[in-house]
Amino acid sequence: MANDKIDHGRRKALTGGVAIVGGVGAVITAWPFVSSMNPSASARAAGAPVEVDVSKMQPGQQIQEIWRRKPVWIIRRTPEMVESLGALTPKLRDPESREGQQPAFAQNEFRSIKKEFLVLIGICTHLGCAPEYRPEPGTISANWQGGFYCACHGSRFDLAGRVYKNVPANKNLEVPPYYFLSDGRILIGMTREEAAA
Amino acid sequence: MSEQAGGLLGWIDARFPLSKMWRDHFAEYYAPKNFNFWYFFGSLALLVLVIQILSGIFLTMHYKPDAELAFASVEHIMRDVNWGWLIRYMHSTGASFFFIVVYLHMFRGLMYGSFKNPRELIWIFGMLIYVALMAEAFMGYLLPWGNMSYWGAQVIINLFNTIPYIGEAISEWIRGDFVISDATLNRFFSLHVIAMPLALLALVIGHILALHEVGSNNPDGVEIKKTKDANGIPVDGVPFHPYYTVKDIFGAVVFLAIFSVVVFFIPDMYGYFLEHANFDPANTLNTPEHIAPIWYFTPFYTVLRAIPDPFGGFVGMVLAIVVLFFLPWIDRNPIKSIRYRSVLFKINLLVFAITFIILGYLGLNAVTPLYSQLALRFTELYFLFFVVLWTYSRPHGAMFWISSFVILLGAITLYDVFMNTSEYPELIWKTWIIPAAFLVVTLLLPLFPGLGQEKEEPARVTS
Repeated sequence: MANDKIDHGRRKALTGGVAIVGGVGAVITAWPFVSSMNPSASARAAGAPVEVDVSKMQPGQQIQEIWRRKPVWIIRRTPEMVESLGALTPKLRDPESREGQQPAFAQNEFRSIKKEFLVLIGICTHLGCAPEYRPEPGTISANWQGGFYCACHGSRFDLAGRVYKNVPANKNLEVPPYYFLSDGRILIGMTREEAAA
Repeated sequence: MSEQAGGLLGWIDARFPLSKMWRDHFAEYYAPKNFNFWYFFGSLALLVLVIQILSGIFLTMHYKPDAELAFASVEHIMRDVNWGWLIRYMHSTGASFFFIVVYLHMFRGLMYGSFKNPRELIWIFGMLIYVALMAEAFMGYLLPWGNMSYWGAQVIINLFNTIPYIGEAISEWIRGDFVISDATLNRFFSLHVIAMPLALLALVIGHILALHEVGSNNPDGVEIKKTKDANGIPVDGVPFHPYYTVKDIFGAVVFLAIFSVVVFFIPDMYGYFLEHANFDPANTLNTPEHIAPIWYFTPFYTVLRAIPDPFGGFVGMVLAIVVLFFLPWIDRNPIKSIRYRSVLFKINLLVFAITFIILGYLGLNAVTPLYSQLALRFTELYFLFFVVLWTYSRPHGAMFWISSFVILLGAITLYDVFMNTSEYPELIWKTWIIPAAFLVVTLLLPLFPGLGQEKEEPARVTS
């Protein structure tokens, strides 16, 4: 205490330095807590592929499977259904599936590997409700061509899961990765390339 | 401060400011003597907070935050636990009554300008309480793990998905899984029973400390601290205790009588307080016929649905809440109380209250072409309220009113011409009358001097 003069510049530098180091430490300490809220290893591991037998499906029938705790729909489309898809183009928001809502193999008018079988994740791309399969034309409105209708907010999709214009959802229904193990068996959760790798 | 008590109290006071706190916040806190009916709701909100915390503590003793067990544990509370049904109905009814009381409390603030200088921070603390309360209620609603709990949470959390680029990561972080699951339930339980209540209590303390620092507003909007007697006590003030403690006890008794009627006879309030779809356990594959949030969220839910673009809807909904934070800087009129403001201000506020109720009604119902247009129109009115409120901050010339009218109605009309996606043009033009009429009344009638006339504020409270 020989010299009582206070060095304010030095004090400021020390205070600032402690604040910065302390702040960085606080952020680093917060990280494990924030990260602990992300999906855990077991939640991530719960996503194994699912095998489905579609050989006994009737034309027009829908079946539902679970993959990664999400509903996955398989629809065996009738030839009339497949034919009706082409005429809808002007009414759809993304008729050519430009947005990344499907693996590359499904970026076509039918959004599927085989025209007959449609595989979709059954979660509305608006806010995650479960749309209904409404294949009968004229039911939802007079000009309804058949497709999927989400009762929560009125979103509409065609029989390839492509979203209509002027509805709350703005993306097509998602197509999961899948491939045909044989003619009547589908593996959902993996593409053929991924399975080969 | 003058006399020093002896005995136990004196011993405590020498070590802890017990008597001082009592005097500062009760016995010598001077509140305006002209509080009316609307001033019950602050203390009632505190009462409901206590009811919720107490009933919540006892529910937590029996509830299991596990996706396999949650629904059954709530049934266990309802059927097997002694008086469990009563405690649960108190908690579920309390949630709805909390919002009834808080909405009336906030409306009181709007009427009497209680958010204005120097009470901006009281208002902001209050808004933070309101937002925390919405989070608390939302997370609590997932806990029974009914089908509406599940799908309601699904829809609300997926709102974050609409944020470009980072949305999906945020909603996965909130859920702790790719869909709503056990992980989500468990963390919502943690946040609902400990994190949010702690935050709420801290905010309530901040709200009250800020209030007691500047003093209460009143129906006349008079600052009672401006007129003090020789002892420095506001002439128009009365000590909070016993005057307002007794008044608030009366309010609490009436409130509890009404509360009890609901708890004992109509705890589900015909599906508005407890939605019927929630009597089914959560089903990950089956959406309830019609997903509606619980009634106190529906006004904002309607704003969300009124805007067709998902991210736009999300932003609109957030803005509808955020704009309230800025109220002290939107309404810059120095006159606080509705009593001394113009007829047009009263019309604007009345339309806002009605708009809020209609938005709430629309949010409870499924979307039809007509309802979706009405949702758009009343969303427009909701936001126009704040614009009109801002224009009423001070007098303006004829040019200002006419050009404001033309700009706002022009913007609404342009939206209809280019962006309104309704398939029914006649609905667009029929409902267009709603904002048009509102703007004619609020922005063109000020051209006639009488309607925009404000009254002289009194220097002292009037009753």
